[in-house]
Amino acid sequence: MQRPIRIFLNEMRRNHALYLMTIPGIVFFLLFNYLPMFGIIVVFKDFNYIDGFFRSSWVGFKNFGFFFNSTDAWTVTRNTIVLNSLFIFTSLILQIGFALLLNEISSRWFKQTTQSLMFFPYFISWIIVAVFTYNFFHSDHGALNRILRHFGIAPVSWLARAEYWTWFLTLIYDWKWTGFGVIIYLAALAGINEELYEAAQIDGAGKWTQISRISIPLIIPTAVVLTLLAIGRIMISDFGMIYGIIGDNSMLYRTTNVIDTYVYRALRQLGDIGMSAAAGLYQSVVGLVLVLGSNLLARRFSEEGALF
Amino acid sequence: MAVQQEIRLVPRILIYLVVGIFSVGCLMPFLLIISGSFTDEAEIITKGFAFIPNKVSYAPWVMIYHDIRRIINGYIITVTVTVAGTLLSLLVTAMLAYPLSVPTLKYRNYIAFFAFFTMIFYGGMVPWYIIVSRVLHLRNTIFALILPYTVNAWNMFLLRNFFRTIPKEIPESAKIDGAGELTIFTRLILPLAKPGLATVGLFVALGYWNDWWLGLMFIENHRLFPVQLLLRAIISNVQFLRSATASAVQSDASGILPAEGVKMATGLVTIGPIIFLYPFVQKYFIKGIIVGAVKG
Repeated sequence: MQRPIRIFLNEMRRNHALYLMTIPGIVFFLLFNYLPMFGIIVVFKDFNYIDGFFRSSWVGFKNFGFFFNSTDAWTVTRNTIVLNSLFIFTSLILQIGFALLLNEISSRWFKQTTQSLMFFPYFISWIIVAVFTYNFFHSDHGALNRILRHFGIAPVSWLARAEYWTWFLTLIYDWKWTGFGVIIYLAALAGINEELYEAAQIDGAGKWTQISRISIPLIIPTAVVLTLLAIGRIMISDFGMIYGIIGDNSMLYRTTNVIDTYVYRALRQLGDIGMSAAAGLYQSVVGLVLVLGSNLLARRFSEEGALF
Repeated sequence: MAVQQEIRLVPRILIYLVVGIFSVGCLMPFLLIISGSFTDEAEIITKGFAFIPNKVSYAPWVMIYHDIRRIINGYIITVTVTVAGTLLSLLVTAMLAYPLSVPTLKYRNYIAFFAFFTMIFYGGMVPWYIIVSRVLHLRNTIFALILPYTVNAWNMFLLRNFFRTIPKEIPESAKIDGAGELTIFTRLILPLAKPGLATVGLFVALGYWNDWWLGLMFIENHRLFPVQLLLRAIISNVQFLRSATASAVQSDASGILPAEGVKMATGLVTIGPIIFLYPFVQKYFIKGIIVGAVKG
């Protein structure tokens, strides 16, 4: 019993300054990350603000019952997974595709200019994107309907047609993230040894063979790791994106209500703390399992690619 | 360079076309917003927005000018939050990241795991909301826009990796000369880690600038609205626009309040600074993304 304490005290005596430095950061993690984890007990309570965390009465798993017995549980899970799968798949193709194309461009200024233009959407807030969406898709005075009318096509009430928004959101996602991903894949392409291409040319390999046999195979590890990590986060949506664009347009909920927006509405608009917390915990627990699983796969695939 | 010469002319033109069209397409939303802010309100209502308006109008900008106080107020909030938030975040994050980069610190892995665990498990929006608003009482204070984002594990590990690239002979020799840990940190480590601090700082600053989620959750007082939230209030609630501006502007010659045009003009006002800074900061972000992706 004596020795660990002495080791601890020795370490503190020697390095107390370094440990003291970590305290503010630790306090922030405690307040904004760990306290909410303990706050999960609201899931098992009939929480009200007056009685608070400790005096609100226990109700067991009743809140989960409310959530899973509602049709919403399935809808929001499906929407979250469908949207994120489309985001992951289409962005993978576009990001690698444009990285390969940019890599073949020899004009320096053309490459730099186009890359800057593609990267720009990353800097734009989702609220600006919402302004644009409003401008373009508005049923009465959107630019899209004006174009359709111009060509004699009947306008569509886009903001009332849920079936289109899975694809519109995918389009918007790719618009925002393609330039970002291209940077990663261009860096991976730049890391490929030039001698491989030279050797291939000496052996008479054409451009297409070089791309399909050298470039693509050598950026696949990066792609696999990034995709696995994205799959680990498939239960989590970008709330700022979905809620910023869709807002409270209930006509679009059928395809766009994801777990994060569902939790937000249940909490802030219905005031149903127990059920929204249950939905949130369901997301966190499934999310944890997926992150651990996908990371395990990522590490098996490449030692330095894994998150941990 | 022999690699480049090999592509034939037609495929090469195709590559330039596809890349060119896509990258110009990325700008399309901004062109629509810009043209929308200069379009006559009656035209928007009867025909809709267009890339090139039939009838140009400056009414939205006149109205913005009359409502400039509220926008300036939003800017003051956003700039305060971004500057204070970024500085605080860098300070606290660096103070946590540096000790974790010191290989002789015995318990560093326990602290690293403590930070890391927050990356894989999240208590959820509901308990987080209750803690921040009811336990820490940050609701309707400017701190609600700053403190929840001050420290995150991702940035912490990014900075730790930057610190690790500093040769450990530097702090060691300073220690032999009798310097304390705090002196080493502030006089040697921080100046040497400047590129890393700048990169992480820019990501943090962009996050604060574009954020509206904290405002949505915790701010009801309009005077504390950052520009993003102000813009959201204007696009989603016509009443919000009318209440403040109808009295200030009599409306333009056609007798219509340029409500749609103002939404576009306000949007432009909020991205202005980003457009001006973009050419200068772009390269730091690119560097940060590459570093973060290699070991993220």
